[in-house]
Amino acid sequence: MNIMTEQSLENAVGDKMNAKSNEVIKMRGDKVGVFYGEKQALFDVNLDVRLNQVTALIGPSGCGKSTFLRCLNRMNDTIDSARVTGKITLDQEDIYDKSIDVVELRARVGMVFQKPNPFPKSIYENVAYGPRIHGLAKRKADMDQIVESSLKKAAIWNEVKDRLHEPGTGLSGGQQQRLCIARAIAVSPEVILMDEPCSALDPIATARVEELIDELRQNYTIVIVTHSMQQAARVSQRTAMFHLGYLVEEGATDKMFTNPDDKRTQDYITGRFG
Amino acid sequence: MTDIPLDTMVRAAAPARRDIGLKARYAAERRFRIYGVLAISVGLAFLAIMLITIVSKGYTAFWQTTVTLPINFDEKIIDPSNKRATDPDVLIKANYPKLADKALMAKLGIDPSNKPMALKLKGFLSEGARVQLRDIVVADPSVIGTTRNVDILAAANLDSAFKGQIDLNVEEARRKVSDQQIAWMNQLKADGTMAEHFNKGLFTYGASSRPETSGMGVAIIGSFYMMVIVLLLALPIGVAASIYLEEFAKKNRFTDLIEVNINNLAAVPSIVFGLLGLAVFINFLGMPRSAAFVGGLVLTLMTLPTIIIATRAALAAVPPSIRSAALGLGASKMQMVFQHILPLAAPGILTGTIIGLARALGETAPLLLIGMVAFVADYPKTPFDPATALPVQIYMWANEAERAFVERMSGAIIILLVFLMAMNITAIVLRRRFERRW
Repeated sequence: MNIMTEQSLENAVGDKMNAKSNEVIKMRGDKVGVFYGEKQALFDVNLDVRLNQVTALIGPSGCGKSTFLRCLNRMNDTIDSARVTGKITLDQEDIYDKSIDVVELRARVGMVFQKPNPFPKSIYENVAYGPRIHGLAKRKADMDQIVESSLKKAAIWNEVKDRLHEPGTGLSGGQQQRLCIARAIAVSPEVILMDEPCSALDPIATARVEELIDELRQNYTIVIVTHSMQQAARVSQRTAMFHLGYLVEEGATDKMFTNPDDKRTQDYITGRFG
Repeated sequence: MTDIPLDTMVRAAAPARRDIGLKARYAAERRFRIYGVLAISVGLAFLAIMLITIVSKGYTAFWQTTVTLPINFDEKIIDPSNKRATDPDVLIKANYPKLADKALMAKLGIDPSNKPMALKLKGFLSEGARVQLRDIVVADPSVIGTTRNVDILAAANLDSAFKGQIDLNVEEARRKVSDQQIAWMNQLKADGTMAEHFNKGLFTYGASSRPETSGMGVAIIGSFYMMVIVLLLALPIGVAASIYLEEFAKKNRFTDLIEVNINNLAAVPSIVFGLLGLAVFINFLGMPRSAAFVGGLVLTLMTLPTIIIATRAALAAVPPSIRSAALGLGASKMQMVFQHILPLAAPGILTGTIIGLARALGETAPLLLIGMVAFVADYPKTPFDPATALPVQIYMWANEAERAFVERMSGAIIILLVFLMAMNITAIVLRRRFERRW
């Protein structure tokens, strides 16, 4: 891994400054542990996700960052053998509490996946699906409105507005990923989880998605898993470093990349391992 | 780098070639290819022999010889005592074959009082003439007293002789058609009275002891009822079971056990399902014997494992990314399955179902055990009436000795094969058309 460029460092610092005023904690992990069967994949993670900030989770493969991300909207529930311990709160509410419905939680905490995964339906249907199952639009005009604004927020409206009824799978990889982001936005979530959203994209498409993430920060809280140090530095305000299932260090992105407390973080971001 | 002239460069000596066994490796590959081609050729040869035999024996079954005779519906023969107004049975019991015989004798110029000649005519026309003429009269009694042309079926032996299937070099006493009959046949053939027509009866007649009046009508209806019952029962039950097992059930030892058992059930010999049907549906639940309904139930049991296995495979083939996408948007599991997974798995499910149905259509053994191997002459009006099935009809005809039944059996096999091929082609077309790629 290359050492970060001066340019991206400055950007990261600038972003950090802008975000100072806003330090509300949106989600909090408290001693989160995850077991897959007998094997423990995550140990005692205490991590805060701040409102209207981008939190990047970094670390080598298999370190538990995706596992943690999937705990935040209980996607781990879909794996039979997975078991979560500890406590995760969304606006002070325990999301693993019996009173919280997982369907409602996922409407509040949306997710964008590593590989673009549009439904094999039209672009319009892809975006409209979420609002439809949650009953967010009563009339067709309302739905059209939601679809248009979601596609606009995801910065893909101009590219697809003339072919809304063509299949979403016919778009290029980068467009598909932005379509997936539009689909996630359409249900008006509070938090958007992104699991390596750019790993299947070329640098140009990556740049567009990164720009988009920065814009979305105004209205949403974002947690992003990434393997790219530059990406973490460019888009995030806070960074958390995972290693072997433990949270090594968490802090403001500029500090993490210039003066980390832990030697493992230092080694990882300078490319000495991982 | 390239400023050193080529000739001054030191040439590296080529290292000695190692023997890495290339010859032997290529020889092994050639041998394997030859084995493969041989295996395929043998398979194709047997397939070709089978198809050629069946088609060459069976295509004549689609043609039937008839004799067109001007039948005089003589009141003196049909209703000598003129009681038909009061007793409708008169029209049913009347001596119709005599009408046909009289017309034939008139055509051939035989004097009806010449008893030895009249006796030789016996077995020229089918006994089915009785039913043919009776149906005409019962449907419209006003024909009595008039004359009209009717295509009377020739008897099976004359039909065979007409099609050239009887060896005339065999001495007369040892063949079923006499020289006199052959002579008459040639006479009628010459004036166009006796001719071959498309054999509609093969598709409409029920069981009969006379080949020329036996057909697959009852078997086709019976098979149709059973296919409908299998489709109505096996498809929903199979798909529901697969969805539950694949998407909802927790994977534990119990579901593993169920899975193993379903796979084993698919391999259980079909006759065992027949025994089960006999014991449970007929003996224990008291359902009617020989009924298409019971046959449908037995075939449903037999088809279920096939459909479940195909459906589970189709469901499992839907990429996990689609599941994640739906769940990540807050779809409930039910919404995920019915709005995303099932539509994507539908082509696979459909293909599996059609292949299961095709297997059920060709199944014979279990139907023998529940009594569908019966002599059923009348169309079954409901699935609870006695019926037979296509493969069972083939089995029954195969047990008959007469030349004409062998011909009909081969014809029935052709029809069954055409049905099966149509179903399989439908399955392939559906899969091609609706298959999605990711």
